Amino acid sequence: MAISKEQVNYTANLARIELTEDELNILSRHLDDIIKFIDKLKDIDIKEVAPCSHVIPIRNVFREDKAHKSLDVKDALQNAPAKENNFFKVPKVIE
Amino acid sequence: MNYEPVIGLEVHVQLKTESKIFCGCPAKFGAGPNTQTCPVCLGLPGTLPVLNKKVLEYGVKTALALNCSIQPFIKFDRKNYFYPDLPKNYQISQYDLPLSYKGYIDINTDGSIRRIGITRLHLEEDAGKLLHEGSDAASSYVDFNRTGIPLLEIVSEPDINSPQEAYEYLTSLKAILKYLDISDCDMEKGSLRCDANISIRPKGEKKLGTKTELKNMNSFKAVRSALEFELIRQTKAKENNLKITQETLLWDEKMQKTITMRTKEEAHDYRYFPEPDLVPFVIEEKDILSIKNNLPELPRQKYSRLLASYELSEYEANILTSDKNLAEYFEIGAQIYKNYKNLTNWMLGAFLSELNNRKIAPENSPVAARDLINLLKITDEGKINNLTAKAVLTEMFNSGKSADVIIKDKNLAQISDKGMLSKIIDETIKENPSPVSDYKNGKENALMFIMGQAMKKAKGKANPKIINELLKERMKNA
Repeated sequence: MAISKEQVNYTANLARIELTEDELNILSRHLDDIIKFIDKLKDIDIKEVAPCSHVIPIRNVFREDKAHKSLDVKDALQNAPAKENNFFKVPKVIE
Repeated sequence: MNYEPVIGLEVHVQLKTESKIFCGCPAKFGAGPNTQTCPVCLGLPGTLPVLNKKVLEYGVKTALALNCSIQPFIKFDRKNYFYPDLPKNYQISQYDLPLSYKGYIDINTDGSIRRIGITRLHLEEDAGKLLHEGSDAASSYVDFNRTGIPLLEIVSEPDINSPQEAYEYLTSLKAILKYLDISDCDMEKGSLRCDANISIRPKGEKKLGTKTELKNMNSFKAVRSALEFELIRQTKAKENNLKITQETLLWDEKMQKTITMRTKEEAHDYRYFPEPDLVPFVIEEKDILSIKNNLPELPRQKYSRLLASYELSEYEANILTSDKNLAEYFEIGAQIYKNYKNLTNWMLGAFLSELNNRKIAPENSPVAARDLINLLKITDEGKINNLTAKAVLTEMFNSGKSADVIIKDKNLAQISDKGMLSKIIDETIKENPSPVSDYKNGKENALMFIMGQAMKKAKGKANPKIINELLKERMKNA
């Protein structure tokens, strides 16, 4: 199955990546190769194989419901590109 | 043509745990902005989530109370989308192996029981809180305290056939959650939130119509109003052959109407995939059984038991069991006071109105059950009349003092002494010659007036029965 430029653009948009026309052309070819490679899996008979939810064979890892000390607000906000009154400040998301 | 609505509800409930779902930050409401965060819930690179044991326990407890089947093997999945309230750009939720599925709630509508199906109940983390009002009109402000608060998502089947049924479903669901003591269920604080889906179809038709999703309702009444509005809007559209578009609508409480939310054209594409940072969970049959055996008495069970044990009407039992703590208050009272009818009247009348006036929950009542019973016993003994008793109850709420102290301090004890009451009647008759002659000329109503005047003279403390008898006798002979 060939990957169209529209599909690459759609995927790029979901990942919030902007692509140039050249990148679009290259990536649709690359993605096509990748999908074809992965498609090889379809040839394997998996009737007897249980679905894998996780690669590590461990289950039921819990923590007790105990509260610990949180970060200081100053530390929590130290990497924020913009902040105000102890809030993270972001471009307005509603109009 | 006659149309019927098809309604499904999606409820999000914050669990009442001490810490968040995947980290040890406190899950308390009301702290200063961004004071309850850590590298895990801020989504910093290199951190790992670990499931809070209590969250799974509360989830199973709720699922069982809602008659759901528990999935023996569950996992978490990433739901991917970009929004500033989500620091990781994905929400840890559950997709194809949710905690539980296929349950139901029985609701009471117009005296008959309707069974509303529950599609699924799953665990997930809450997102942060966005504030849109600040010094800078071009900015939004993010508080990540809420990020990672444990949530239960409870999705109903589209079994609900009217806005009123939606209201009953939510009320019943909330009562169950409160009985389980797993959430505060406070819509104002956002610990219980509800979205609704509604479509309409000609009565009898099997095929579903195009649905709209309603958001931003801040109370159960608002959910009902929004659904009523949307039902009329969609019916009018159908009657005028207009197309109903699948969209998300916001309920505007002030304008009492739904408004279209500005949405991007693209459909949601969440690209769920298994969360690699969390291992799967196996829920053992014996653990399910142990939780099941320790479930508290639930609203419907308590309703049936109270109805059978205390000579209550269905209406009374319904109100008393709508709140677990109100029912407990009643039962504490009923242990030491056997006139259940009188206790019920007082609780559903004066007591509830005192609570409501002060916006106090039953469990925080300044008047304990035994104090209320004491007041009822004093009244039964004839020490004070009913009217005075109500005033005493108000005073008990105001001051926290006992009924005995208030009656003594304010000298409220009822006058039953015939000599004293006769004197009061003599004076009243002397002072009201024209009503007295009215009565003698056949105006029965005048007696009530004279009685009122006498009661006033006695400062409301006269024993109404005795003063009524004495007055009638005197008027006969006068």
